[in-house]
Amino acid sequence: MKYKSQKVAYWFFALSMLLLTLQIIYGFIMAFAHMGYDVLHVITPFNTARAVHTNLLVVWLLSGFMGAAYYIIPEEAENELVSVKLAYIQLISLAAVGVIAIVGYHFNYWEGRKFLEIPRPLDWLVVVNVLTFLGIILMTLFKGKKRTTTSLVLTMGLVFAALLYLPGMIWFDNQTMDSFFRWWVVHLWVEGVWELIMGGILAFLLIKITGVDREVIEKWLYVIVGLTFISGILGTGHHYYYIGVGKIWLVIGGVFSALEPLAFLGMALFAVSMYRKGEKKHPNKIALSWTLGTAIVSFLGAGLLGLAHTMPGVNMYTHGTLVTAMHGHLAFWGAYGMIVLAFISYSMPNLTGRKLYDTQSGILAFWLSNIGMIGMTAAFGVAGVAQVYLERKVGLEFGDVQKEIQVHFAVLATCATLFTTGIGYYIYEFIKYGTPNDEALESLTKINI
Amino acid sequence: MLSKSQAKVFFLGGTVVTFAIFLGLSWNSLSNEVPKQTHEENLSPQVISGKRIWEKNNCMGCHTLFGEGAYYAPELTKVFVRRGEAYIKAALMSKTPWSPRGRKMVAYAMSEKEANDVVAFFKWIGEVDLNGFPPKPDLKK
Ligand code: HEM
Ligand code: HEM
Ligand SMILES: [Fe+2]
Repeated sequence: MKYKSQKVAYWFFALSMLLLTLQIIYGFIMAFAHMGYDVLHVITPFNTARAVHTNLLVVWLLSGFMGAAYYIIPEEAENELVSVKLAYIQLISLAAVGVIAIVGYHFNYWEGRKFLEIPRPLDWLVVVNVLTFLGIILMTLFKGKKRTTTSLVLTMGLVFAALLYLPGMIWFDNQTMDSFFRWWVVHLWVEGVWELIMGGILAFLLIKITGVDREVIEKWLYVIVGLTFISGILGTGHHYYYIGVGKIWLVIGGVFSALEPLAFLGMALFAVSMYRKGEKKHPNKIALSWTLGTAIVSFLGAGLLGLAHTMPGVNMYTHGTLVTAMHGHLAFWGAYGMIVLAFISYSMPNLTGRKLYDTQSGILAFWLSNIGMIGMTAAFGVAGVAQVYLERKVGLEFGDVQKEIQVHFAVLATCATLFTTGIGYYIYEFIKYGTPNDEALESLTKINI
Repeated sequence: MLSKSQAKVFFLGGTVVTFAIFLGLSWNSLSNEVPKQTHEENLSPQVISGKRIWEKNNCMGCHTLFGEGAYYAPELTKVFVRRGEAYIKAALMSKTPWSPRGRKMVAYAMSEKEANDVVAFFKWIGEVDLNGFPPKPDLKK
């Protein structure tokens, strides 16, 4: 690392690893419930497990994004973070909000709106937290020597993500209005502004790992985020087909969401071609695997599996079934889980000074988690297609269909075990790196990374 | 070849134009379509109270409504027509977990009034014009 204040990133990554572990535990609780073993019903009924699982997901990803920003911005702007102390306070308050929310979910303290279960009073704490974070990032950028495209795209993504949290805080009496604005948060996050964050981090990693000229990488970054917004904003319409608004959305949503995979295809082609083009052979092979991996798997999970059910005629049948869960897992994993893990893998040697570039456990972590996740996606997919057919075409009762497809959840749990083993290796590596220290400063080690 | 500044114009221009269209379409939907398609005139205090109960208990954490939610328990958009008032009230007021087909629902033990409110909410939900969702099972004999 080049700046002492970058060390704060480590603690965000550590929080991220902890929350990921908890997320997986709650995933298993739900997988078992689907298999007919709802043994924790009294303390953790399905809706509690689900709210915890998805909220932990969002918080560990956000914590990873924040850590990445605290690492990237000083280096890109050539300036120490304006206040490290405030960054630590922000970290602790993020963890605190997360813990309060998750404990609350076990005591019926929530608002039942998928992904936005955090109660409004706690939302205000989130707002304060995020404003503090953005304040530090923006001030550092503002006072820095340089404002690169990479840092601007990343920052723009973070600022827009914060702004888009607000529509989710308005109260509505009409369920259709509620749903309409819930998508301003959920859809415009994952198929809009989070892609800017992903693109910014990916560009930074590619500049560092491949050594390709910044001007070239940043030009393509603009093209990719341009494709993202041009398709993704109007693509919101694919959630407006069947919620009580007009039929125009069938056309708008269908056409524009069908273009959304282009941004992910762009991301995959971008990463692979920059890797081919690069002269520099960076020794951090594991970071390279994750970086190429995220670009490719996001195209599969978000791009192709998203496309699979985005046309109105298909979505009419698959809407709100396990087919959605299939896509949700591989998309979140490929695009956002893997970019966070790519960044952690890249930055850990630089933060700690230990060069665990090509270890056995690092390689196992990559392959086991990805194979496990692809298996889980297949299990959800098979269960989903069977559900759609039996329930929506043949017209069997929901509960009877669920009994028919129970076996696929045993497959899910098996693949999830593989996935968890991979994550176990990843966290083992993370712990082996130890904590960041000033001896890892580049000016001392004289290694250019 | 495309230059970096052209790429930037593509990004900024594309964003502004599509966002403007999106806002226009949204405005039209919310002011013209929603009141009609959701029969906003039927949105009584009782229905709204039912909606609050629905949210307070995170029913969407197991069920779907308008196809949004979780995949552990049945889609409820048309439940008022499918099951009728008495069945729904029995499920909501039950003091032991409702479990007609194996899976357990949380035992909410709601009061008569609360259950009536939720039923009113479901009745209103079922009348919303959803452009044909949920689909009719066309292979049903
Ligand atoms: C990284 C990007 C993406 C992520 C993380 C993601 C994740 C998700 C999640 C979690 C849901 C369920 C949301 C809910 O019901 O509240 C969902 C729904 C959906 N996604 Fe994506 N998605 C991504 C990209 C895409 C893309 C590019 C497309 C289209 C090409 C797409 C198409 C859809 C559709 C059509 C639905 C609605 C499913 C339904 O009707 O039940 N997604 N996505
Ligand atoms: C051990 C691993 C995991 C297991 C067993 C698991 C299992 C599940 C189950 C059973 C559901 C609920 C489906 C329902 O409503 O019936 C779910 C939801 C979800 N999980 Fe996981 N999960 C795991 C890991 C992950 C990971 C690593 C991610 C993200 C990278 C993830 C993202 C999600 C999302 C986004 C949803 C909501 C999907 C939707 O509403 O369409 N899960 N998970
Ligand atoms: Fe979407």
